[in-house]
Amino acid sequence: MAEFRLPKNSRIGKGKHFKAPSDATNVRRFRIYRWDPDTADNPRMDTYEVDLDKCGPMVLDAIIKIKNEIDPTLTFRRSCREGICGSCAMNIDGTNTLACTRGIDEVKGDVAIYPLPHLPVVKDLVPDLTHFYAQYASIKPWIRTQSATPPDRERFQSREDRAQLDGLYECILCACCSTACPSYWWNGDRYLGPAILLQAYRWIADSRDESTGERLDDLEDPFRLYRCHTIMNCTATCPKGLNPAKAIAEIKKAMLARRSL
Amino acid sequence: MPSHQRPLSPHLQIYRWQLTSVLSILHRISGILLALGTVVVVVWLAALAAGPESYGRVMGILSHPLSLAALAGWTLALFYHLLNGIRHLFWDAGWLLDLKGAYASGWAVVIFAFLLTAIVWGVSL
Repeated sequence: MAEFRLPKNSRIGKGKHFKAPSDATNVRRFRIYRWDPDTADNPRMDTYEVDLDKCGPMVLDAIIKIKNEIDPTLTFRRSCREGICGSCAMNIDGTNTLACTRGIDEVKGDVAIYPLPHLPVVKDLVPDLTHFYAQYASIKPWIRTQSATPPDRERFQSREDRAQLDGLYECILCACCSTACPSYWWNGDRYLGPAILLQAYRWIADSRDESTGERLDDLEDPFRLYRCHTIMNCTATCPKGLNPAKAIAEIKKAMLARRSL
Repeated sequence: MPSHQRPLSPHLQIYRWQLTSVLSILHRISGILLALGTVVVVVWLAALAAGPESYGRVMGILSHPLSLAALAGWTLALFYHLLNGIRHLFWDAGWLLDLKGAYASGWAVVIFAFLLTAIVWGVSL
């Protein structure tokens, strides 16, 4: 049964307020989720006033500025700052996205930032993605073949076959879509979620892969695949503009197609 | 190991409501309302079978303004569930699965559900 309320230890309290310096000219408030594993305190929302005239344009620029200049204890993941590593995935202004590709000017009013939803929190904006990665491993995300490897060349693909992977291979596994999915919130222990199912379809759609049958067998399960109810929060939130809902529908269609053969 | 048990990050409480998720939960809610409404239909049919007196009594209750309002809501739930069910059939066939298609069909379902409800009640009142 879905648990809609947050557990007692997870309810969010009031936090500190860090005022902008008096010479600030363009102040914006950032309300950021904080939780410190070294104390017994509940999570809280700290408010930071940032002078946007002395800050880069992206939300990531602002939280890096906060960490550097206001509060060095603020903890978050980031690496590439150009939308390809997926590290800075978080909930900004109510939807999941990458802090490095979301412009501050895209958010009206205060900028509310939470970790990715419905995950155990390691610290502040850092969620525990262990289960997500284990689910990724469970779909065996590599080419599985039966035929012998050609001795003198790679396994070739036609241009058309290669084009089947467009819109799939670009996924960076940032987990924005899976943690935007209510089904994944309530059944994430067994439901694979949009990101992992999109990855599963990426291998089903690959003309070089020779284990489509086994892959479909593994997914044919009321929970692993069929907890998708086409809510489409996944597609609405994907920072890379991909369409996990479509990929999942293609898997469901493949299930039907092979049954009617 | 963390020295304290890790909290669960907030989800429903903070995630922005949007057409995608709202229509999905409304599909479930309208389904539940339809199941309840079916009980009313059975009561009405049973009263009809039991003769004019019981039928008159049930109709007396059903023609109360509050009952009529509930029935109008039930009609809306019926049309919404029906139209959104058809939308789901399109999705199962692989159509309308991009954001544009999902939003356009979603708004269409909402508008036509109200329109059909208005027509049914306009004709019957």
